Amino acid sequence: MEDRPATRVVAPAEPKERGNSAPAALGELKMKAKDVNLWYGEKQALFDVNLEIFDRSVTALIGPSGCGKSTFLRCLNRMNDVIDICRVEGDIRLDGEDIYAPQVDPVQLRARVGMVFQKPNPFPKSIYENVAYAPRLHGLCANKTELDEVVETSLVKAGLWEEVKDRLDQPGTGLSGGQQQRLCIARAISVNPEVLLMDEPCSALDPIATATIETLIDELKENLCIAIVTHSMQQAARVSQRTAFFHLGKLVEVDETSTIFTNPADQRTQDYVTGRFG
Amino acid sequence: MTDQTASLASFTSEIATKKLRKRHRAERRFQMYGIGAILFALAFLVFLFASIFSQGWTAFLQTSIKLPIDFSQEVINPSGNPDAEDEIFQANYVKLAREALYKELGVDPNDRKDRRAANELLSRGVDVQLRDMVLRDPSIIGSTEDVWLLASDNADALMKGSIDRKTPSERRQVSDEQIAWIDQMVDAGNMKKRFNTGLFVNGASSNPETAGLGVALIGSFFMMLTVVLLAVPLGVCAALYLEEYAPKGKIADTIEVNINNLAAVPSIVFGLLGLAVFINFFGLPRSASLVGGLVLTLMTLPTIIITTRAAIRAVPPSIREAALGVGASKMQLIGHHILPLSLPGILTGTIIGLVQALGETAPLLMIGMVAFVVDYPTTPLEPATGLPVQIYMWASSAERGFVERTAGATIVLLAFLVVMNSLAVYLRNRFERKW
Repeated sequence: MEDRPATRVVAPAEPKERGNSAPAALGELKMKAKDVNLWYGEKQALFDVNLEIFDRSVTALIGPSGCGKSTFLRCLNRMNDVIDICRVEGDIRLDGEDIYAPQVDPVQLRARVGMVFQKPNPFPKSIYENVAYAPRLHGLCANKTELDEVVETSLVKAGLWEEVKDRLDQPGTGLSGGQQQRLCIARAISVNPEVLLMDEPCSALDPIATATIETLIDELKENLCIAIVTHSMQQAARVSQRTAFFHLGKLVEVDETSTIFTNPADQRTQDYVTGRFG
Repeated sequence: MTDQTASLASFTSEIATKKLRKRHRAERRFQMYGIGAILFALAFLVFLFASIFSQGWTAFLQTSIKLPIDFSQEVINPSGNPDAEDEIFQANYVKLAREALYKELGVDPNDRKDRRAANELLSRGVDVQLRDMVLRDPSIIGSTEDVWLLASDNADALMKGSIDRKTPSERRQVSDEQIAWIDQMVDAGNMKKRFNTGLFVNGASSNPETAGLGVALIGSFFMMLTVVLLAVPLGVCAALYLEEYAPKGKIADTIEVNINNLAAVPSIVFGLLGLAVFINFFGLPRSASLVGGLVLTLMTLPTIIITTRAAIRAVPPSIREAALGVGASKMQLIGHHILPLSLPGILTGTIIGLVQALGETAPLLMIGMVAFVVDYPTTPLEPATGLPVQIYMWASSAERGFVERTAGATIVLLAFLVVMNSLAVYLRNRFERKW
């Protein structure tokens, strides 16, 4: 806490740093969290988390329940702001810009850093309205034709267009679970976010829907920076390029996914990925 | 572990089956208690409705006598000047009605005793009835027309059977002679029970046959209007602020506790408050439906705030996250999602609050709405009464006709309450959204 002023003066973006070295396949540094501490009231939930997230790749956050991975993810688009008792300290930067700076509008930030939640949560409106909501909100479309186009592109990118193109006016809540989640992804990418945060997006879905979403994540990462929280280590291994392991509010280890799963540096990571606890 | 398993008795052992039977019995008994409680409540409800309806349905009928009235020029307008309104207004209309009655019954106009007995058959409100006819259409002066005139309270009671013909005549309020006249007119088809529109349009009157709910209905309407216009926006805004913006803490807790307390404050206390604040301090007129509406607004606010907060809280957090996650501001979240989704709950709460307010009597007594108001109030600032207060006033009147009118007005009030409650249920089902 005392060294907070010090963290503030750290230079914005220094792509390559000690343990967080990125291989050439990844895009450039997109988000960087430095010494992030978070409290829920008196209880500290995150301890000095340092993590870098790279563009055009998937970073998986894994760890046992209650380890703070979802909490950390929600720091990245300031969703924790809406929780009264939550206090965040540290430095989180998006393209070198401090997202907790006073001049940053969290509402606009959330358009740049989109989010998909654990439970599919389409609005109780039509499929079209679900996707058109955010562009309309931010005034990104001048007219109906443009909006139609955005809706179609987003649904196509989310792999849902073929299934729903004839019933765009029907309620989004009438779709199956997997379709609803893809609708939520379409909704999140409708405003062309730079980063997409996914909080256990498949935990409420069956294996087939999960596979569809994973393929989708794979396609989306070509143009997007994705951070995904997952309970399934297989999923982390399948979709991510880099994996961060959280334990008891601390970031234990972050490295290339293959390294984490085959040759982790920390004993706790080793124990977790081999299923000895968690 | 294994020892314990081994020592477990089987499910078919005596103790186990006994235990099972006991459990089934207890469950059946519990159900019986529930059914008993419901039947008990239903019985009272049926009793209540049966007694009110059996007493009150006759209030919707009113005995009238058809008489050929000679609107003679020399009685109504002897000067012959059709603009002499005072003259027309003050003319002796009772005389017109009575003369027609004497002719109809064959009463000798010189027999004072017979005349008085015949006069008692007609309501004291006939002069107003005839005067209003003439004022509405002066061209009938000089002509003779058949008019259904209101019968007196006693004649009405006899027709409805609440005065028993078998009672010895010295203890009966209708004499044998009057009964004979009534039977004569009934046989000729000139006296019968007709639908009582006066019940809904007339103002206060000391004669039951001309008393009506008109002023009370208008007063209640003005009060409901005030409540809807004030309590709903205030209540919904307060609830939204408390749920969405107010920082959680000691202050919010205190406010919450106090709102809940306010909902439990006896309504007469609100009446005192209204008397002290609106009438004594702000100097608003007594008996005005605006003051009544303000008091009822204060009373309804807690109900609306509490139900609205519950409805807002029932909006799933996933919808909030979804909206915030795509970059909706708090205002947009509320306007686009929270309000539409909690609307059914808010509507239901509002209507339930209105129903409460509609039936509230005590605070209106405190602010002087127990008044004898004959003329329709045209603005909320004029004296008026309310439905429940009118019932209260009629219930304390002595005339026999007011007994059935009390029950009749209760039926009207209950009908409003039932309609409004059904509307609440309908709206809730109609707008309920699934997610």
